[in-house]
Amino acid sequence: MTDTLTIPSRPRAFRPATTEPPVIRRVLIGVCLVVLTVLLFAPLIAVFDEALRQGWAFAIASLSESDAQSAIRLTLMVAAIVVPVNAAFGIAAAWAITKFDWRGKAWVITLIDLPFSVSPVVAGLLFVLMFGANSAVGAWLVASGFPIVSALPGIVLATLFITFPFVARELIPVMLEQGRAEEEAALTLGASGWRTFLTVTLPNIRWALLYGVLLCNARAMGEFGAVAVVSGKIRGQTTTMPLMIEMFYNEYLSVAAFTMAALLALLAFVTLTLKTALEWRYADQLAASHRH
Amino acid sequence: MNIEIEDIAKQFGATAALHPVSLFIPSGTLVALLGPSGSGKTTLLRILGGLEFPSTGRVLFDGTDATGLTVQDRRAGFVFQSYALFRHMTVFDNIAYGLRARSRKSRPAAAEIARRVNKLLDLIKLPDIGARYPSQLSGGQRQRVALARALAIEPRMLLLDEPFGALDAKVRKELRQGLRDIHDTTGLTTIFVTHDQDEAMELADLVVVMSMGRIEQVGKPEDIRARPKTPFVREFITA
Repeated sequence: MTDTLTIPSRPRAFRPATTEPPVIRRVLIGVCLVVLTVLLFAPLIAVFDEALRQGWAFAIASLSESDAQSAIRLTLMVAAIVVPVNAAFGIAAAWAITKFDWRGKAWVITLIDLPFSVSPVVAGLLFVLMFGANSAVGAWLVASGFPIVSALPGIVLATLFITFPFVARELIPVMLEQGRAEEEAALTLGASGWRTFLTVTLPNIRWALLYGVLLCNARAMGEFGAVAVVSGKIRGQTTTMPLMIEMFYNEYLSVAAFTMAALLALLAFVTLTLKTALEWRYADQLAASHRH
Repeated sequence: MNIEIEDIAKQFGATAALHPVSLFIPSGTLVALLGPSGSGKTTLLRILGGLEFPSTGRVLFDGTDATGLTVQDRRAGFVFQSYALFRHMTVFDNIAYGLRARSRKSRPAAAEIARRVNKLLDLIKLPDIGARYPSQLSGGQRQRVALARALAIEPRMLLLDEPFGALDAKVRKELRQGLRDIHDTTGLTTIFVTHDQDEAMELADLVVVMSMGRIEQVGKPEDIRARPKTPFVREFITA
């Protein structure tokens, strides 16, 4: 057998058809790393470097100033209100769009994307026009002691608007792909609509929901444009973390500005770590629910 | 349980999926709804299961009107075309789902649920797969798990939508006999949808040939083969 079938002496001929030669692979990986370094890692390091320029003590002191404290509290509070509300809205919207047929569905899908296509500043202006002191509704609201613009409700409304698409956008494709058969099966087995939702729909969408919530949270804490217009930027009252960063920066308080920026980046980093940890912990379930 | 279908019609918007059809199915029969795609057979099955409501007409179970009965109250064991197993649950949890979904009063204790699930796993001849996930099963195993899950609720009838559609020829043959055996053991009125005339003729006691939302002929396989009533039936069963 050895004399009829000679094995080629040069193993290069057996390079698998699905991979590139090592040179090209290294070049591609290299390009990717350079881009990531220039666009992502270097600026991030620069932010932390700038924040710690005059030492830890100084950076921490700049955060314990009362204006900075209230900005942090406000941002966390806005996120704590907006994220659950939009998670609920997003689930409801995705559920209605993917599990039922009704007139005007295509319109609603387009409308969900509206916050992505409208500039946040325009969105902020919309709320000022609707609820500002110059509008009839706004004047009445101010008179009755419940102002929306230049107050917490306005910031929450603007952030709700901006972050509305995140959860729904993540859920719609997943729920479309999964179809209605599993829900129908649960119903034929005697489960109520609510039980079907809790035991079948929700477990099937939980990963998409988690991504949506994390993205929504990141944007809710980081939103600048719409909040800048609506909030009135009252120091210590309606100034969120991104607004506070800009103020510090414009006042040449660069350590304070970069420390706050570093903190905002850290919050994002925590959510990303959390996501990765969950993925790692539930890897088997994730794999099981994707292949089927 | 016998099933009576009285002038059932179904409109989807402007299109009629079912023209008024009537049919009587005696208790304990194994019935095939046979027809090409778009003939209305799946719509009729879904109406019986309560997943779709008819535009007009009535459905009677053992002589009592069941037209308005909700899908949960029908107690129809339904096997879906792609089985629709709950992908995030083990086989055991899939089969136990219907029993656990019962109200606290009528829900069996955990030990009793386990006993029944294991009995069903024995019935489908897959006693050792309780801990697996649907994604770890072959097509034929999934079909049998779906059947066990439908049987777990102690259904009044068994409804199957193209139960062999997604399987290769060899597994099909085996599972046909499996369905026949389960039907004979449980004695349940069983209705399955198929577009495969061999399957219908070989397996069913009663074949209902459908086309374009109408019932073309109802009869025993041998009668339909010997005396096709319409040109459509003649052509379809010889194709």
